[in-house]
Amino acid sequence: MNLLVTQDLVKSFGDVRAVDRVNFTVKEREVLALIGSNGAGKTTLVNLISGLFSPDAGRILFRDQDVTHQSVHGRIRAGIARSFQLVNLFDQLSTLDNVALTVFARQGKTLNLAALAATDSAVWDEAAEILKSFGLAAKASMMAGGISQGERKLLDVAVAYALRPKLLFLDEPTSGVSTREKAPIMDTVSSVVRSTGISAAIIEHDMDVVFNYSDRIVAMHQGTILADGTPDEIRRNESVITTLIGTTGRDH
Amino acid sequence: MSVPAGFLPSAGSVGRALRVALPVAVLLALVPVVLPQYQAILLAYGLAMAIGALGFNLLLGYTGLLSFGHSAYFGVGAYAVALMVKYLKVGSMELFLLGAIVAAVAVTALFGVVCVRYTRIFFGILTLALSQVLWSLAFKFFWVTGGTDGLRVPTPSLFGGLVTGGGDKITFMSHAYYYYVLVVFCVCVSLMWVVVNSPFGMALQAIRDNETRAEFVGVQIWRYRWVAFLVSGVFTGLAGALWVPLNGLTTPDIMHWTFSGEIVFMTVLGGFRSFAGPVIGAIVFNYLKTYAVGYTVYWQLLLGSVLVALVLSLPTGIVGTAGRLLARFREER
Repeated sequence: MNLLVTQDLVKSFGDVRAVDRVNFTVKEREVLALIGSNGAGKTTLVNLISGLFSPDAGRILFRDQDVTHQSVHGRIRAGIARSFQLVNLFDQLSTLDNVALTVFARQGKTLNLAALAATDSAVWDEAAEILKSFGLAAKASMMAGGISQGERKLLDVAVAYALRPKLLFLDEPTSGVSTREKAPIMDTVSSVVRSTGISAAIIEHDMDVVFNYSDRIVAMHQGTILADGTPDEIRRNESVITTLIGTTGRDH
Repeated sequence: MSVPAGFLPSAGSVGRALRVALPVAVLLALVPVVLPQYQAILLAYGLAMAIGALGFNLLLGYTGLLSFGHSAYFGVGAYAVALMVKYLKVGSMELFLLGAIVAAVAVTALFGVVCVRYTRIFFGILTLALSQVLWSLAFKFFWVTGGTDGLRVPTPSLFGGLVTGGGDKITFMSHAYYYYVLVVFCVCVSLMWVVVNSPFGMALQAIRDNETRAEFVGVQIWRYRWVAFLVSGVFTGLAGALWVPLNGLTTPDIMHWTFSGEIVFMTVLGGFRSFAGPVIGAIVFNYLKTYAVGYTVYWQLLLGSVLVALVLSLPTGIVGTAGRLLARFREER
């Protein structure tokens, strides 16, 4: 069953049509990879769905509700969350605080001026649990700006996950980290996503990550969808091979 | 795992804060007993200004918004008191504070709607421009505000008329009124401490650190900034209301942008990245200014030189530098 559907979504920047009548779906409980070269429109598509940009035309349906013109806040409440390509954290807060703040926000407690945050043990327990599931428990008291890039990537995902979304967009979760760190990061993220039964859409350039961790792959090129299929189908798709993967794609 | 970590106050840090605050409160309470009357009055001025700086720093230190217009809210508090005296013949300090809060809420709520949609220099310029509007109103509507002559504020009665300044005004201001200011100061410090350590305070710091991400974890930026602006303005308005009986007169000078600059300076001098910084900065600045004025007619030059030297030698403010020195001392031991 489809969780998210976009219908003829369009977004232009000046003369450049970054997203061109895109019909894109994410099914329930699936891990989808969104691939494409730089400028293909992947991040713009995620920005449109998450509410960072407004589309010029088209509709976005999430769980059969039209969220095209909803605020970011409305989409979060509907169940859409995202991480960012360039790590986006609260660097002067501890890693635990980063997650706890998100839990407070999700529970609608952040407009409370009259109670000490530290006294809400249920929130801190949940935040600590989330950090633990992302393998960051040992870093709980460290400033988010002071942990390694790989840990920051994980924390970025953990913060988005703390919103308890139904659909989680991950914008290049392994970019900027060493090859050795990629698999552990993806193992952790995949384990959390699969165990909780949420859907995830991952923008990724690393084909090992794409083919090893996704159920379905959507390939984009110049603002349009080039191909949509299982990893095996995409691996054999001639237009994807020539446009995006190259000959080495056959080896996967 | 129950681990309130990072900067947030755990139950332990509530105790730690009290261990610092209580001795300081006792010392402040002893001032009228052990120091000359003049020093107590000077400190009362400093404590009133400290409330204003504390409010200002909710925007600068915790929300990342630099206001150049807080003189407006200080002036609103002071003029609310003066106008209550002139038109309503009120003399009760409690009613003065209530009137100042109502006036500050009304003005900051309105100004906030305009200002918090912007950040950085645009926010600063808007706050400055709006404060200058109020200054010009106080300056030009002399039949209401007294113009440059200002409005006189007589010695108020305290605690619903139980304590009055019928006798010597200096004695009243240096004892009864000093303690009154001290009590309001302690209440304001406690309230602000709760605010900055509440989930709301966390959200403000998140907005300061990363506005985009804050929005994507569900914090509605505009609304939170507006509430912070409101709280900040009310604290500064209260400071104005406490200050004006000490001064006995309010003039448009306190609404001018140069006075906003003084509030900014107090906060930076004390250290805007610490809770206590603005309090220390306000008290120190008040002493520096008073003694510079008394020392030479070129007091602006002297004060400016001293302040430049202090900022260059203490880039993280007095409290930030003291914290660093203390940490180094502990490491060496």
